[in-house]
Amino acid sequence: MYKRGLVQVWSLEQPEWHCRIDEGSAGLVASCWSPDGRHILNTTEFHLRITVWSLCTKSVSYIKYPKACQQGISFSRDGRYLALAERRDCKDYVSIFVCSDWQLLRHFDTDTQDLAGIEWAPNGCVLAVWDTCLEYKVLLYSLDGRQLAAYCAYEWSLGVKSVAWSPSSQFLAVGSYDGKVRILNHVTWKMLTEFAHPAAISDPRVVVYKEAEKSPRGALGRPACPSFRAAESKYEIAAVPVSLQTLKPAADRANPKIGVGLLAFSPDSYFLATRNDNVPNAVWVWDMQKLRLFVVLEQLGPVRSFQWDPQRPRLAICSGGSKVYLWSPAGCVSVQVPGEGDFQVLSLCWHVTGASLALLSKDHFCLCFLETEDEADGAIGQLGAHT
Amino acid sequence: MGDWMTVTDPESKNISQYTSETKMSPSSLYLQKVLCSSIPLSKNVHSFFSAFCTEENIEQSISYLDQELTTFGFPSLYEESKGKETKRELNIVAVLNCMNELLIRQRKNLLAQENVETQNLKLGSDMDHLQSCYAKLKEQLETSRREMIGLQERDRQLQCKNRNLHQLLKNEKDEVQKLQNIIASRATQYNHDMKRKEREYNKLKERLHQLVMNKKDKRIAMEVLNYVGRADGKRGSWRTDKSEARNEDEMYKILLNDYEYRQKQILMENAELKKVLQQMKKEMISLLSPQKQKPIEKADDSTGTGISDVEEDPGELSRESIWDLSCETVREQLTNSIRKQWRILKSHVEKLDNQVSKVHLEGFNDEDVISRQDHEEETEKLELEIQQCKEMIKTQQQLLQQQLATTCDDDTTSLLQDCYLLEEKERLKEEWSLFKEQKKNFEKERRSFTEAAIRLGLERKAFEEERASWLKQQFLNMTTFDHQNSENVRLFSAFSGSSDRDNLTVHSRPRQKPYRVSNGSPICTSKLTKSLPASPSTSDFCQTRSCVSEHSSISVLNMTPEETRPNQVGGECANQKWSVASRPASQDGCCSECSWTSTNSHVEKDGLP
Repeated sequence: MYKRGLVQVWSLEQPEWHCRIDEGSAGLVASCWSPDGRHILNTTEFHLRITVWSLCTKSVSYIKYPKACQQGISFSRDGRYLALAERRDCKDYVSIFVCSDWQLLRHFDTDTQDLAGIEWAPNGCVLAVWDTCLEYKVLLYSLDGRQLAAYCAYEWSLGVKSVAWSPSSQFLAVGSYDGKVRILNHVTWKMLTEFAHPAAISDPRVVVYKEAEKSPRGALGRPACPSFRAAESKYEIAAVPVSLQTLKPAADRANPKIGVGLLAFSPDSYFLATRNDNVPNAVWVWDMQKLRLFVVLEQLGPVRSFQWDPQRPRLAICSGGSKVYLWSPAGCVSVQVPGEGDFQVLSLCWHVTGASLALLSKDHFCLCFLETEDEADGAIGQLGAHT
Repeated sequence: MGDWMTVTDPESKNISQYTSETKMSPSSLYLQKVLCSSIPLSKNVHSFFSAFCTEENIEQSISYLDQELTTFGFPSLYEESKGKETKRELNIVAVLNCMNELLIRQRKNLLAQENVETQNLKLGSDMDHLQSCYAKLKEQLETSRREMIGLQERDRQLQCKNRNLHQLLKNEKDEVQKLQNIIASRATQYNHDMKRKEREYNKLKERLHQLVMNKKDKRIAMEVLNYVGRADGKRGSWRTDKSEARNEDEMYKILLNDYEYRQKQILMENAELKKVLQQMKKEMISLLSPQKQKPIEKADDSTGTGISDVEEDPGELSRESIWDLSCETVREQLTNSIRKQWRILKSHVEKLDNQVSKVHLEGFNDEDVISRQDHEEETEKLELEIQQCKEMIKTQQQLLQQQLATTCDDDTTSLLQDCYLLEEKERLKEEWSLFKEQKKNFEKERRSFTEAAIRLGLERKAFEEERASWLKQQFLNMTTFDHQNSENVRLFSAFSGSSDRDNLTVHSRPRQKPYRVSNGSPICTSKLTKSLPASPSTSDFCQTRSCVSEHSSISVLNMTPEETRPNQVGGECANQKWSVASRPASQDGCCSECSWTSTNSHVEKDGLP
């Protein structure tokens, strides 16, 4: 509860256990868990400091001068280290803490104008640091603070919009405002290839799925649903060449809707899913083995978010409607979320095992269970609604 | 000397026209006369020629002619004169010679004139032609000049455009540079401002921080129900230098592990690539070595090196194991040897290309020519073979299609199909006959069943009617009670003994004759008879028919007044009477509801013997 500066914690296993943290006048801007689940990091108002509350010892630690940026905190995948972006005297620094005892391990400055984000590689040995969007600069630091490489694709234009590591730590995908994704390899930190996102697709090897509305008919065998349920939709394969809907961004406003805003690698690093904000209705899936475009999915509405199943190459997409879409190399399917009223799926989150999916709307969430592959392909079983 | 001029009026004696002024006119007359006597021409010409020499001026004309001829280089017409003043005699020979000479010359001149005329004509035509050509060329020149001017104009315009574009480009570049400079300056300015603002902001933050920290707000607190254990189950430890060192160690360990892992991967990749390279090298060597054994016309250095390479092989094979190491020298060796082999291969291929091209161009060597011929022959043969194969493939395809297709013209296949069809037909016939039989049976059974059902229905009806009538009788004979018991017993015995009665009594028949009963339900009775022998005991019957007897007690009573017959069974006539009693009640047409027992007896008689 950010306005009141309160954090409330409950236990899933012991319902009577609860905890309340009150920041009081310090205010609360952000709060997150530590990877071991025993500490809570609260960012106070104006990013004055980060307070680390320990649930084991009821002790408090403070971290000064955190940086207020898009992604200033990053925990390594194994939960050992925390990288934090700081800014003192108009210079950017990165501090690496050991999560077990919150000791400062390394503190080094970065060669950036205005650090916009940091992210650990999944192997926990390399930290990617990127600069503000006014300058295209990606820096790579090793765990002990040495700079390994710097990469700059071009100057004088808006730079990096989003960054993603591949789960094998082999690739670093950098999405920029010019609508291209550049893949860097982990050996030389030089660009392997770049993926462009043109609005017209002409390669005949690419499969384009277009979401189309089914004519409104009652579904057979389903329990009776209220009449104001939205129409069903299905995917059709469109013949190449295809031209996608584009959006012309307002050039004089901040945060223009151009460039590659969302990037995600599949868990086996075989696929990379991207979204170009110019073409907001489409999700592009790239084949990382052949380094070319594999599939394009065009939805009826703008894509809000997508996430890969943590266990297998299955992508779940939501576009603000009441449907969730699933894609896998075997095919794609559109599923209606059952429930009373309109359930606007605003974001989604997979469970670690990949067997269930949480769909979040403004003030409700829905758990979706996926049947195992013994059943028919892509069959989505019972959907339970909990609020 | 004398200019011969055309005479307009040859008949006129006006000779002055055609003689030279230097000479005397009468001499010309004489000349004409002389000439006209010797030359046989037309009168005009005659007169023309006679105009020069006439009878009178012969001497003058001879001297004139002599003078003219000598000036022309001819020998004199006169004879050699002995004295000066003696009259010179005309040398006829000289005259004839001169005449001949003049004729010859005339002919020559005519020829020359002709030639000159033809040449003149030719030249004239040439001139015309050349003039026309000249005119055309002038036109062409004009047009080409105009074109050139046009092109020059265009060229100029394009150059102008080019210059403009260059200028624009330069301007744009300058603008870009300017803008970049502006951006850079703005960036520095912006950074400067940002820094300033940040410093201000930081100062404010510091103050706020101090204030917040100083407040010591009790509310900043954490309420926990109970402490949660650490995730790894261990206890927390204090922060000391040792722990710091431990953290550093861990960090380095992690880094080293990662590096080692990566190095392993890279080593594996390297080993694979080296294997591939070595294989490539071996294959290249094997490719090249059989070539070296062929006689090559041009001796090259490459052959020498190739052979030396082949010799190198055994030596190299032994050194393969060393190449698993990855030191600098070994790496270089491998790459160098691969490069060498590749160069050899390349040169060999180039040589072959050259050979082929030389054979195409020169063909100086017989061997080469023959080989080319052979080559061509072989290619022809191969082409033929290819054609044949293609045809075969086509025929095969056709045959295959025929086999697959349903309609075919081949006899055997149609016969085969017929056979199959016959088999199937026979099978079908059998099944059909079976089916028909079964159908018939079913029909029969159905019919029988329907008949049975009808009969059952009828019997039931009959039974119902009988029952009804019997009940009526009973009701009607309610008053007579004294014979009730005996009648009951009789009834029972009648029931039980009906079968016996039927067996014995034949004479009862005539009594029943008027009672014509219809075999409403022969089957039921037969059923009854069947059942009766099974259990003829009266007791059984009493039990089974006790209910009936209660209802039919009335009718039994009715029967008593009529004759009774002493029987071992006893109730036989009672039966009959009952039947008699029942009959009038059911006189109407319900023959079917006639006595049960009477029908019984009737049927018995029929059925038993």
